[in-house]
Amino acid sequence: MSMNRRQFLKLASASTILGVGAASVINNISNSSLEAAQIHPDPRSLKAKRWGFVVDVSKLTTEEDYQRCIDTCHDIHNVPNNPNPRHEVKWIWKDTYEHTFPNTAEDKIMNRELQEKNFLLFCNHCQNPACVRVCPTKATFKRESDGIVMQDMHRCIGCRFCMAACPFGARSFNYTDPRPNIKVENKEFPTRMIGVVEKCTACYERLAVGKQPACVEKSNGAIVFGDLEDPNSEVRKLIAEKYTIRRKPELGTQPSIYYVIGGGEHA
Amino acid sequence: MYNSGKIIAGLVVFFILATLPFLLNLGKANAKIEPSIDTPEINAMPKKHCVETKVFMRAEHMQLLNNWRDQVVRNGNRIYVGSDGNEYQISLQNTCMKCHSNKKKFCDKCHNYMAVKPYCWGCHIAPKENEA
Repeated sequence: MSMNRRQFLKLASASTILGVGAASVINNISNSSLEAAQIHPDPRSLKAKRWGFVVDVSKLTTEEDYQRCIDTCHDIHNVPNNPNPRHEVKWIWKDTYEHTFPNTAEDKIMNRELQEKNFLLFCNHCQNPACVRVCPTKATFKRESDGIVMQDMHRCIGCRFCMAACPFGARSFNYTDPRPNIKVENKEFPTRMIGVVEKCTACYERLAVGKQPACVEKSNGAIVFGDLEDPNSEVRKLIAEKYTIRRKPELGTQPSIYYVIGGGEHA
Repeated sequence: MYNSGKIIAGLVVFFILATLPFLLNLGKANAKIEPSIDTPEINAMPKKHCVETKVFMRAEHMQLLNNWRDQVVRNGNRIYVGSDGNEYQISLQNTCMKCHSNKKKFCDKCHNYMAVKPYCWGCHIAPKENEA
């Protein structure tokens, strides 16, 4: 069969189009991802545009008050209690005023009571999180729906860039297998494995079934949780009423934890 | 042909050695791998069913689990509607393993046979089982 140039070009272009079309059809058929109709969020889940916390440490009067919040979080999330302090894993912890607000601690004549107080610290779920920017695998990411800074343990490769980037020390690395150092495992929640970074996830698993974060529940009102974008939420009312500060605001990460300062009758 | 006796004898020996593994197993049935669904939770079901059909689960459970993982962790979707119309909580530990509480006789059966080592259990807590 002989063919002139024009016929050849026609045939070639037609078969290219057919081939590309067929490939896309086959791709669509063999695509095993779930249909939208097959999957949806739990109707009980709490919703917000951007979750935030207001922490009033004046309501935490005893050591036991702090420890109750810390223990409940670490128990339900299977956070290991590593004997080596350099391998410490923590989701929520307490620290001094000087360490919490380092750029204001040089003031010698300010309220002594405040300066001697311990503060409850956990992931700030920043609006502009540095950890998310540096993660090479997108293992840590900001949830579009509610602003929680999440950690996908399946993707984490343990490079620890996020630990270097986080200005608040909210992230811990599993230098050892965490399993032997978990006293009582919570069977409803996974543990982590050696070589991944972990941190507070704002109890996303509890929000999904309509519960408040565990530390909020156990804090006797010292931690209030709510939607920072909703002007009528309890957190927004507290922030409007009282004087609050955030940790290291000069870094521009826009933390979502507000610490109530003072609250005395002249405040 | 020179040395034909030695060559033919050598070939016969080689053929027998090379095919020995097949000859020894000739006529024997392969050990059948049967993941057990004999757990108290499954036995208590009035009508035994999984989130999808047995055939689908056998072939596609890894894709399903991968999709479940991404939907929960990354999109916050926690309810799966099976093709039977029932709704299921998406959770390896709290849904799959609540029924299949016999990991050693269920998951491990095929995974060991196929020599695949999924790393689910590095983090997800397997149900407590009695060594039997």
